[in-house]
Amino acid sequence: MSQALALRARNFRISFWQGIFVVLLLLFLGVTFVRFTRGLGAVTNLSDGFPWGLWIGFDVLCGVGLAAGAFTIMATVHLLNIKRFEPIVRPTLLTGFLGYVFVIIALMFDLGQPWRIWHALVFWNPHSVMFEVAWCVMLYTTVLMLEFLPIVFERLRLERPRRMLRFVSTPLVVAGVLLSTLHQSSLGSLYLIVPSKLHPLWYTPLLPFLFFISAVGAGIGMTFVESYLSQRAFGRHLEMTLLEPLARFMVVILTVYGLWRLRITQANGALAGLLHPGYEQWMFMLEIGLGVILPVALLLSRRIRNSPRGLVGAGFLAVFGFVMYRLNVSVTGMEATSGVHYTPSWMELVVSLGLLAIGMAIFAVAVRVLPIFPEPEGGPGAAGFGGDDAEAGLIEGEAAAPGR
Amino acid sequence: MSVGLLFDSTKCIGCGGCTAACKEQNNLPLPIEPVTTAYTWTIVEKRDGAFVRRLCMHCLEPTCVSVCPVGALQKSASGGVVYDAGKCIGCRYCIMACPFGVPKYQWDRAIPVVGKCVLCPDRVKAGLATACATVCPTGATLFGDRDALAREARARIDAEPAKYVDHVYGLEEAGGTSVLMLSGVPFERLGMKTDVPRQPLPLLTWQILSKVPDFVILAGAFLFGLHWITHRRDEVRQAEEDER
Repeated sequence: MSQALALRARNFRISFWQGIFVVLLLLFLGVTFVRFTRGLGAVTNLSDGFPWGLWIGFDVLCGVGLAAGAFTIMATVHLLNIKRFEPIVRPTLLTGFLGYVFVIIALMFDLGQPWRIWHALVFWNPHSVMFEVAWCVMLYTTVLMLEFLPIVFERLRLERPRRMLRFVSTPLVVAGVLLSTLHQSSLGSLYLIVPSKLHPLWYTPLLPFLFFISAVGAGIGMTFVESYLSQRAFGRHLEMTLLEPLARFMVVILTVYGLWRLRITQANGALAGLLHPGYEQWMFMLEIGLGVILPVALLLSRRIRNSPRGLVGAGFLAVFGFVMYRLNVSVTGMEATSGVHYTPSWMELVVSLGLLAIGMAIFAVAVRVLPIFPEPEGGPGAAGFGGDDAEAGLIEGEAAAPGR
Repeated sequence: MSVGLLFDSTKCIGCGGCTAACKEQNNLPLPIEPVTTAYTWTIVEKRDGAFVRRLCMHCLEPTCVSVCPVGALQKSASGGVVYDAGKCIGCRYCIMACPFGVPKYQWDRAIPVVGKCVLCPDRVKAGLATACATVCPTGATLFGDRDALAREARARIDAEPAKYVDHVYGLEEAGGTSVLMLSGVPFERLGMKTDVPRQPLPLLTWQILSKVPDFVILAGAFLFGLHWITHRRDEVRQAEEDER
């Protein structure tokens, strides 16, 4: 293919997605207007029987979870002092911060009276998991912002505030790890109160621990996906020498998590039901099979672990399994006892997809204007230009690895 | 004194007087809906040839009170679970968590609040019975001291064991409720939830939540310690290099 043709193809692809983005954004604005003038019932399929739907199950539960990469990597680099993972810190921080902003905006849609969100600061109820969740959201968003600001200051060459933040960097990292540990687990704790409503495939007093550990796995998976996407789009990526050990870590986490899930299911007496699968059983098997067992099986192969495509595939599956887990707990597992069947309305989907698209757009802009990914060697644009060769950069990184 | 209601299904004739009185007492808009909603806090349903009331059970240790992040729901000293609409942020955790499926939401309003039976707090404070108990023509809904009502319920079953199912619904459900029910047909056939745990549900989350301060202190100390140890190695290495 000639250079010009390749360029034209590239331009078309961008304008096609930009078109989709604009349409989605317009729909998003329209739904937003209806939501706030006509109420939740006008845009959602929520009801008294099913008061929490897609916005809680996907936007809030998954948005928070995707930020799990941030605290895992921050703890690895700054607390365990394993400095070679330093290049991953910034992209995961950016994801974490955007994830939390995404969650807060989604909450603004989902709360009946979002303008009263500050009530959680004033009227306390420490017996409520939601109270803990509210504080975690506010505090951890602040921490993530403070951890992310130095990157902005670096770009703007503001040395003094940058040094001031460096002074508190250790307390910030510790606070961040504590807060996100609490937050990930508290989202699972939300469902501890419904033993008679949540299906035995998912209900367990250990929900907070499972939510935490599954978020760590997904956070790593998300790192693979992001690195790959940034490579395709901007020629910025992380090197295989860093990603391969992370893949091993993910195998360990997912294996422990998967075995734990199966053991709990067995203890709940729900394992035998898988032999005669109904709706819930199929969803469970889809979640565990595609989202836990398959990525572990893939990453056990050295060849796949060392291939960018293999990593991104396994990472995507881990994120998929994580999203399935959140949706199965919040939607699938709650349907049978609710007496109603819930599927999100198209307007709920528009809000979720719109927010996701806005988040991705901000990520794309941030990666271009801020020093998020390390500069590719040989100057910007040296690797990965030219469409289909997108992987070349990653493979180059891989080839360069033994030399280090 | 903690008050409550005793609903005896065998005495109910399904006149719906309680529903109408409730609407009037709480200034709820008409029409009377066939199920409980944010605007209809109690109804009478016919199930399996018997009549049964749907209303808030007013748990002794209410799940909704424990889950509300802003404390908009409270168990009042007199026994009712009351709701402060001015505090509510609309997270709907109460609706999601209630084991009896009681709280309902105003899905059709731009500024919505929760609706549920609050056991007529103003009337109770004035020494009166709830509106529903006051209008009930057959005495199927009885207002009084909760413990006295529990004894009365037991006495009725003992006096006529053939007439009643041998169970006072609400005596132990979810750790006990201020509203008690008697029935001549099994409660599950009245559409009552019979798989509700016998322990108060708030304990399930408190087991975890009460550990949060401990976790913050211990894990915080551990993480700072970890940082100190791992970075000490760097300092030592740096010092050694400087000496060389």
